[in-house]
Amino acid sequence: MIHYIWLFMLVSGFVAAAAQGNIEIVTEAALTGAKDAIAVCFGLLSILVFWLGMMRIAQDAGLIEKLARLLGPFARFLFPGVPHDHPAMGYILSNMSANLFGLGNAATPMGLKAMEELQKLNEDKKTATPAMCTLLAINTSGLTLVPTTVIGLRMQYGSAEPAAVIGTTILATLCSTAVAILLDRWYRRRTWGKEA
Amino acid sequence: MVDWITALSKWLLPIILAFVPVYALAKKVPIYESFTEGAKEGIPTVIQIIPHLVGMMVAVAVFRESGALQFYLSLLYPLTSLINFPQEVLPLGLLRPISGAGALAFMESIFQQQGPDSFLGMLASTMQGSTDTTLYVLTVYFGAVGIRRSMYAVKVGFMADFAGLVASWIIVTMMMGG
Repeated sequence: MIHYIWLFMLVSGFVAAAAQGNIEIVTEAALTGAKDAIAVCFGLLSILVFWLGMMRIAQDAGLIEKLARLLGPFARFLFPGVPHDHPAMGYILSNMSANLFGLGNAATPMGLKAMEELQKLNEDKKTATPAMCTLLAINTSGLTLVPTTVIGLRMQYGSAEPAAVIGTTILATLCSTAVAILLDRWYRRRTWGKEA
Repeated sequence: MVDWITALSKWLLPIILAFVPVYALAKKVPIYESFTEGAKEGIPTVIQIIPHLVGMMVAVAVFRESGALQFYLSLLYPLTSLINFPQEVLPLGLLRPISGAGALAFMESIFQQQGPDSFLGMLASTMQGSTDTTLYVLTVYFGAVGIRRSMYAVKVGFMADFAGLVASWIIVTMMMGG
């Protein structure tokens, strides 16, 4: 599906630019996009290097394992295919907690670490496993209790009550995350059957 | 309750930052070595992600800058006006799953024009906070471990975004009376 989305964006961009007689904009946008991507990667580099360092300390101290045990039942429900004592569980839970508190910066490295651990359990390294899809579903549905970036921007634009969106965001995020988990379950059963 | 959550959110990272090394040292972990060992892993991970992110962000930029996004939006306007969905936030809703920076910039322009506490400002804030940039998350997470076949993850991500969008609209309308 990703192939089609990619092609769709490129081709419809080409057609739109051509129709307006402004084909140069395609080249310009492509180069700007590539440059922006590298800028994002640099941003990621600093965050990843820093957080993966912290995560390693937490792991060596047994903290990741503790977290996995603490929230185990919940994680077992969401990730039935992952062994209970597997390190992936700890990282998945760290990722979810970071997301909940709107710590997007910290959530990404933890999510990547979780992916890496799930990949170790994966037999076909090029194809996503059910657990990987679930992790992605949770992350894309934006599970957030405190939307820190939004609150920060609201403050900057002179909101009388910057934190007023916390309530509405929690409700809306509950809806999108619930939909994501339900759909994920449905597709999981359809694709892999009950055992997955 | 709200103050409590915001405060927790602000304090959480610094607390983790101080607590983890102290706890680890008490457990006799060579903390500085552990840190650098773990941190080292970040470099190959980012290098692995670069091609995926460049590919995706080029396509998004072409789609947005060429006016194609605008064209598809104009196709949607009759439909949204039929169900009374506020047009002004439609670009935000459509951009949110594909481009985080684009959506954020759009939210800021709504803040500028209408103020953050207006109906549209609240709606934009809620939409922004309740979903994530699906395409980016997918690119980064699957790119980092080299997954090519993403199964149904893309579909689920986009449908969840749509659910978040509709839910935001209903919730903010109910709260502020549209």
